[in-house]
Amino acid sequence: MMLARAWNSDLAYSFRTSPVAVASAAIALVLIIAAAFAPLLAPHDPMDVASLSLLDSFKPPVGMADADWSNPLGTDNQGRDVLSAIMYGMRISLLVGLLSVLFAIVVGVAIGLLAGYAGGVIDSILMRIADVQLTFPSILTALLVDGVITAALPRTMREALQIYVIIFAIGISLWPNFARTVRGSTLVERNKDYVLAARVIGVPSWRIMLNHVLPNVIGPVMVIGTLGLGLAIIAEATLSFLGVGLPPTQPSLGTLIRFGDDFLFSGEWWVSVFPGLALILMVLAINLLGDWLRDALNPRLR
Amino acid sequence: MPLLDVRDLTVEFPTRRGTLRALDRVSFSIESGEILGVVGESGAGKSLTGAAIVGLLERPGRIASGEIRLDGQRIDNLAPEPLRRIRGRRIGTIFQDPLTTLNPLYTIGRQLTETMQTHMRLTDAEARRKAIGWLDRVGIPAAAQRIDAYPHEFSGGQRQRVVIALALCAEPALVIADEPTTALDVSIQAQIITLLKNLTRDHGTAVMLVTHDMGVIAETADRVAVMYAGRIVEIGPVAAVIRQPAHPYTDGLMASIPSLEHRVDRLRQIDGAMPRLDAIPAGCRFHPRCPRVFARCHKEQPELLPAGATNAACWLHANG
Amino acid sequence: MAEKAILEAVAVSHLFDVSRPFLQRAFTREPRRMLRAVDDVSFVIAPGTTFALVGESGCGKSTIARLAVGLYAPSGGDILFEGEALSNARAQPALRRRMNMIFQDPYASLNPRWRVSDIVAEPIRAFRLANRPNEVRGRVGALLAQVGLTVRDGEKYPHEFSGGQRQRISIARALSSEPDFLVCDEPTSALDVSVQAQILNLMRDLQKRLGLTYLFISHNLAVVRHMADWLGVMYLGRIVEQGPAEDIFRRPRHPYTRLLLDAIPDLEQVGRARTPVGGELPSPIAPPPGCAFHPRCPLANERCRVEKPAHVMAGDVQVACHAVEEGRDG
Repeated sequence: MMLARAWNSDLAYSFRTSPVAVASAAIALVLIIAAAFAPLLAPHDPMDVASLSLLDSFKPPVGMADADWSNPLGTDNQGRDVLSAIMYGMRISLLVGLLSVLFAIVVGVAIGLLAGYAGGVIDSILMRIADVQLTFPSILTALLVDGVITAALPRTMREALQIYVIIFAIGISLWPNFARTVRGSTLVERNKDYVLAARVIGVPSWRIMLNHVLPNVIGPVMVIGTLGLGLAIIAEATLSFLGVGLPPTQPSLGTLIRFGDDFLFSGEWWVSVFPGLALILMVLAINLLGDWLRDALNPRLR
Repeated sequence: MPLLDVRDLTVEFPTRRGTLRALDRVSFSIESGEILGVVGESGAGKSLTGAAIVGLLERPGRIASGEIRLDGQRIDNLAPEPLRRIRGRRIGTIFQDPLTTLNPLYTIGRQLTETMQTHMRLTDAEARRKAIGWLDRVGIPAAAQRIDAYPHEFSGGQRQRVVIALALCAEPALVIADEPTTALDVSIQAQIITLLKNLTRDHGTAVMLVTHDMGVIAETADRVAVMYAGRIVEIGPVAAVIRQPAHPYTDGLMASIPSLEHRVDRLRQIDGAMPRLDAIPAGCRFHPRCPRVFARCHKEQPELLPAGATNAACWLHANG
Repeated sequence: MAEKAILEAVAVSHLFDVSRPFLQRAFTREPRRMLRAVDDVSFVIAPGTTFALVGESGCGKSTIARLAVGLYAPSGGDILFEGEALSNARAQPALRRRMNMIFQDPYASLNPRWRVSDIVAEPIRAFRLANRPNEVRGRVGALLAQVGLTVRDGEKYPHEFSGGQRQRISIARALSSEPDFLVCDEPTSALDVSVQAQILNLMRDLQKRLGLTYLFISHNLAVVRHMADWLGVMYLGRIVEQGPAEDIFRRPRHPYTRLLLDAIPDLEQVGRARTPVGGELPSPIAPPPGCAFHPRCPLANERCRVEKPAHVMAGDVQVACHAVEEGRDG
C-alpha cells in the first residue's frame, strides 16, 4: 500500500521518466555499495602492510602488457591494489562528505530558522556573517579553519582527531548556503495563516519553528544538501591532495590522487588517474541527482 | 453572421493518469457590439474558454475538437504567426492582473504606440497623438504628461485603465476580458466596469466578459453563459437568466448570493462541490447536487434546449 | 449596547514601521517611516452578536482583526477582553482559550504537512482540553461532524480538500478550543458564491447553537449585510460610521458609506447605468490632511480639508463627518 503510493507519487514518476536521474542514481548506488562494503567486496586489503610486496609494485591495469586480473586496475609503488585502495578511499571520502554536509545542515537550518523567524537585528547580524563568509571561496574557509584548529591541537592528538577536524572545517564552510535558503523560505512561511493560527492559541515560538515551519522549508534543503555533498567530497579531496587533509593512514580519494601524482609523468599514470576518475564519477552522479531533485521539486514550490 | 462563433469546442489535457476533458462541446456566439458574460465557479472552464479562443492554452492543453470562427474565418487551426497577428489586430485581451500585461521596462506610451504601429499604418507622431487620446479616454488625468511614465508609477486602478487602453487601441472587433475587476477595490471596480461598457459600446466592439461576480454581469452584460464543470449549462438574455433561471444550477447560484436589499435568515445553498475533472459523474454533471434530479439525469447528458426565455442543458426542459 | 462587552476597543491606534532595514538606514541616516494603519478606533462588541467591519484594501480592518486576538500589540489605546486588558487576558490560558480566529485563505491557513486530525487537535493539545489519545480523537471526530465533515476526513491531508472544505476544517480548528469569541478575517472572500453560502449558513448555525460572538471582517457589503448585527465602516484606518447594521443599510449617512453601497453591482439592477464616484484610494503612508475622505467626497468643503471630523451621534449611529454634523448631507 505505502509502496504503491510512493511508486505512484509525482516525485517517483518524475524519477522514472528521467533517464539522467535513473542512470546517475544507479551509478551512485553502485559506488556507495562498493564503498560501504569495501572490506567484503575488495579483492585485497590495502591497509594490510604485511600482504604488500614490492615485487608487485607498479603492475599496470588490465589491457596492458604484464597485467593480470588479480589487480584489475594495477598496483602502486608499494604493490598496493589500486581498485581496493579506491574502494576504501571512497568509503572515507563519502563518510567525510556525508558527515560534513549533515553538520552544515544542522548548523545552517538552525541559524536560518532563527534568523527568518526572529527577524530584526538577530536576522541582520546572522545574515551579514553568512554574507561575509560567502565572499570567500568555501575551500579557503575550510583551509583556514582546518589550519587554525590543527595548529591549536597537541601534536600527539592530531592524527586521531584529524578526520573530525576536516568534517568540522568543511561543514563550517558550507553552512551559509543552507542558512540563506532556510531563512528565505522561513520568511515566507512565518507570515502564512497556519503559523498565525498557532500563534493565536499561544503555541511557543520554538514549537512553531520546529513543528510548523521546519517541515515546510526542508524541501529545498534536500536539494542543496545533495549538491553540497558533491562540494564536500571535492573539498575533502582538495584538502587531502594539498596534504592538509586526512593522514596517510586513512587514505581518501584525494590522498590517493596525491600519492599517484608523483608517478604521473614517469609512466605509471594509473595510480593517480583511476582514483581521479572515481572521484569525478561519484561527484557527477551526485550532482546530476541534485539537479534532477531541484527540477522535480520546483513546479510544486511555485 | 455572428462576429465570434464557437462550435463544440472541446479542450483536453493529456496527463499520465489519463486525458482530462476540461471543456466539453462548448458552443456560443457573440454579435458585434454585444457583451456576453461568462460566469461559473473556479474550475468551471470559463477562463479556459477565453484562452482557447485567443490560442493561449497552457501546455499540455489542446483543442481536441470543435471550431472557433471570427467573422466566418476559422481561427482555431491557425499557425502561431497568423494567429498572433489576429490576436493583436482583431482580438484584444484584458486580464485580471494588470502587471502581467504591462512590461515594467517600457513607458506606457511606448507600449501603446508599438501595439498600434504593429497593426496599423501610423507615423510616430500620429501614434503618439492617438495614444494620448486613448489615455484620456480611459480617464488617466494629464494624459499628455503621463504618457512617458512607467507602469509602476500608476496605481492599481490606473494600471487597469492603461491595460484597457492597450487592449482597445488597435481597435479590435472582439475583446476578451478575464476577471478585469477582481483585483480591484469595489469603488474602483465600478469605474472600470462603466469605462469598459461605454468604450465598447462607442466602438461597437464585442466583449466576452469572464467573471465569477454575478453583480458585474448583471450590470454589464447583454447575454450570459453559465458554465459548470466544463460545459455551458444555461445561456440567454441576462435579465431572464437572473430572474427566471431555467437550470437548477443557475437557480441555486442566484439564490446563494446574499442580497443588499433584504436580509434572509438562511441563504439557499447548493450542497457539495463542483466535481474535479478526473471525477466527472455520468449523465448530467450536476445531478449529484441537483434538488430536482430524476432517473434520466443519472444516465444521459442533456444538451442545451430552449427553456422559456433562455436555453438550458437540463432534462426538466426536454419537452419544451 | 448596555450588556457587558466581550471585547472593547478604546481609542486604539496601530503604527507599522515601514522603514528600511536598520543597517541600510544607519548608512543613509534615513529617519524611521511609520504607517498609521489604525487610527483612534473605538468599538464595543456585545456577547452573542456579530460586529462587522467593512472597508477596502488598506483601510486597516485586517490589522484590527489581528489586534483583537493579540497578534499585534496596539501602539496606543486599550483593548479589553471581558473588561481585562487583552495582554493580561492572553497570559492566562483559561481566557486565551476563549478567543480564536478564522482566516481568509483556506490554502495558507492549514499546514500542508499536517493531517487534518492533527490540525484540528492542535488547540485541544495546546490547552490540554483532553489528554488521552482516545479522548482527543473523539473530540476531533465530533468537531469534524459539526462542520459537515466525516471522521475519516481527519486521516487526510489538506491538499485533498476543496476550498470550501478547507474552510470547514479551519472553522473546526477554531472551535476546538471551545471559544466564545471568534475573529473571522474575510472567511469567505476566497470562495465561490455557492460555497460561500454554505460557509455563511454554517457560521450562523454555529453562532446560534454555541452562542458565539463574531468580529467579522469583510470587503463585501452584501455578505456583511447578511451577517452583521452591528456594523463599522472603515476608511484609511478610521471607523467613519458605526451603528446597528439595519440602520446603516437603511440610511447610510457618511458619504463614503453611500459611495460603497452605490458602487456594488447588484443582481436586482440589471443593466443599471450610473456615474461612479471617481478618485483613487490615497496611500495610507501619507493620508490627506483633515478628513481623509475629502479628496473624493462630493460634500467636502474648506473645513473638511483641514479639520479631522469627530465622531458624532446621529440616532443610534455614530458618524465622523462634518457635513453630517452640520446637516449639509441632505
